[in-house]
Amino acid sequence: MVGWAIALHGGAGDIPIDLPDERRIPREIALRHCLDIGVSALKSGKSPLDVTELVVRELENHPDFNAGKGSVLTTEGTVEMEASIMDGKTKRCGAVSGLTTVVNPISLARLVMEKTPHIYLAFDAAEAFARANGVETVESSHFITPENIARLKQAKEFNRVQLDYTAPTPKVPENCGDSQIGTVGCVAVDSAGNLASATSTGGYVNKMVGRIGDTPVIGAGTYANHLCAVSATGKGEEIIRGTVARDVAALMEFKGLSLTEAAAYAVDQSGPRGTCGLVAVSANGEVAMPFNTTGMFRACATEDGYTEIAIWPKN
Amino acid sequence: MGRWAIAVHGGAGIDPNLPAERQEQAKQLLTHCLNLGIAALSSNVSAIDVVELVVKELETDPLFNSGRGSALTEKGTVEMEASIMDGTKRRCGAVSGITTVKNPISLARLVMDKSPHSYLAFSGAEDFARKQGVEIVDNEYFVTEDNVGMLKLAKEANSILFDYRIPPVGCAEAAATDSPIVMNGLPISIYAPETVGCVVVDKEGRCAAGTSTGGLMNKMMGRIGDSPLIGAGTYASELCGVSCTGEGEAIIRATLARDVSAVMEYKGLGLQEAVDYVIKHRLDEGFAGLIAVSNKGEVVCGFNSNGMFRGCATEDGYMEVAMWE
Repeated sequence: MVGWAIALHGGAGDIPIDLPDERRIPREIALRHCLDIGVSALKSGKSPLDVTELVVRELENHPDFNAGKGSVLTTEGTVEMEASIMDGKTKRCGAVSGLTTVVNPISLARLVMEKTPHIYLAFDAAEAFARANGVETVESSHFITPENIARLKQAKEFNRVQLDYTAPTPKVPENCGDSQIGTVGCVAVDSAGNLASATSTGGYVNKMVGRIGDTPVIGAGTYANHLCAVSATGKGEEIIRGTVARDVAALMEFKGLSLTEAAAYAVDQSGPRGTCGLVAVSANGEVAMPFNTTGMFRACATEDGYTEIAIWPKN
Repeated sequence: MGRWAIAVHGGAGIDPNLPAERQEQAKQLLTHCLNLGIAALSSNVSAIDVVELVVKELETDPLFNSGRGSALTEKGTVEMEASIMDGTKRRCGAVSGITTVKNPISLARLVMDKSPHSYLAFSGAEDFARKQGVEIVDNEYFVTEDNVGMLKLAKEANSILFDYRIPPVGCAEAAATDSPIVMNGLPISIYAPETVGCVVVDKEGRCAAGTSTGGLMNKMMGRIGDSPLIGAGTYASELCGVSCTGEGEAIIRATLARDVSAVMEYKGLGLQEAVDYVIKHRLDEGFAGLIAVSNKGEVVCGFNSNGMFRGCATEDGYMEVAMWE
């Protein structure tokens, strides 16, 4: 019997070290709040699948992260959300893409896993499935925040696909551009070694309508088996070709690496610097949160009392 | 200078009572596609180009479940998906929810080459297709009489089968009693082996892979399977190219295509061993098959399903088209 562990993220990216307090503090508070919720749930014996869904719902509802409310906008100024969830014990999974009115995409992904013979539903049909199952939906405008309208405007001005943590200033920050974008995710393991992973996002600022990233692709943004659970964030296109989440588990299984080594290796190998981060837990209750971007909004806790809430690398 | 190799498939899980005529047609099409690929490889066409042209041919022919001849959704329409991957830099492109683009594999290639993204779907993908000027047709073009009939049978079977592990009873019994094999919830006589695919390694040792499908007969609208998911249905790296087919859920959970390369990279297995390993150990309770080539010019097929339509050829003259063990 090992202890439980939980890790969550609010996205990896080019988060400027001089992020103003009014943008940093609310996010730190949110990370702590979500961590507390997750830890309470684990302590009260909820399954990792329930815990990860619960925490991601909370992150989706928070407008400062790129998922659910607060999702970044497509090139047409709309919201298209996607999510996936995986249960390590059974390797069952569920995924959704192209959601525009579903309040909690991660819960819809779970429903796909549990209520259909399929794994992945998208766009109009996913929305119809939500309604047919009485899932909470709202007007699309609910998800759109003034910050994201400004980000889209800025991205269009630069006419490039952009990360979402640049402050809305007119100058082009050095690293602004084609790399990272936020996502939210959570991984958890209980004391019996059961693992689960959940990831959710609005995608890429100024993305083409219909663009799908790594988040709903099992093996790319989300993966869980009997060894570990992983949720990745960053530039979707790199994470897809790098099959990042799957690779962490594959390195542990096929190369005998530890969680920490496997997670670091997977991030390093995924693509150019500045494109990837992940959170992972192992069946043994270990946690790893590597990233090759400037920062990653993250938090973790383990049963032996360790907790961490951070944005930038710890030096 | 390496040696080229190529493999094609038309789906895993074949009705043991498939009429001889259909078996012959399948063999002929696979042979034709192999020959197309061989001719291209002999004139130094690159692996990625060969994959695209061979899969296009498979999509265009109505025999297999992709492009024209795709399985139908529950509403009787066609929704296609495809993905392609170039092992050299692990570049990839994928599309889903395609309803009017004649060759989904070519659209996937355009996503890879001409868009800033890796995966486009539904109306966004269709818009992109129009902007790129690809050939557009009506959805009816893809629908064949055969499949309209199959859809009807599938609906009858599905109204009885809830858990696909329970043997079928009732109306579909006549179809099922001779073939109690079930795949993806349907008796195998009704099940349309999903997917076509092609994997190639060219003389430069570059590997590529491509997969295309209409998906599961009677599927929910908006259902995405393994074929457009990089790592599940398709994968290519410096070491190998892989295309999978069969029960989509099993392939996704197993990240089957990626795992072939991963065991080669991380365990140092050769291609044959890697394919044997993933088929044996990764498909818990699921039925699927795959074709794979390595940068050394090897070609391997593996499956745990009841047969797989496949063909392979290598530069030294070896060529085989088969369906059963």
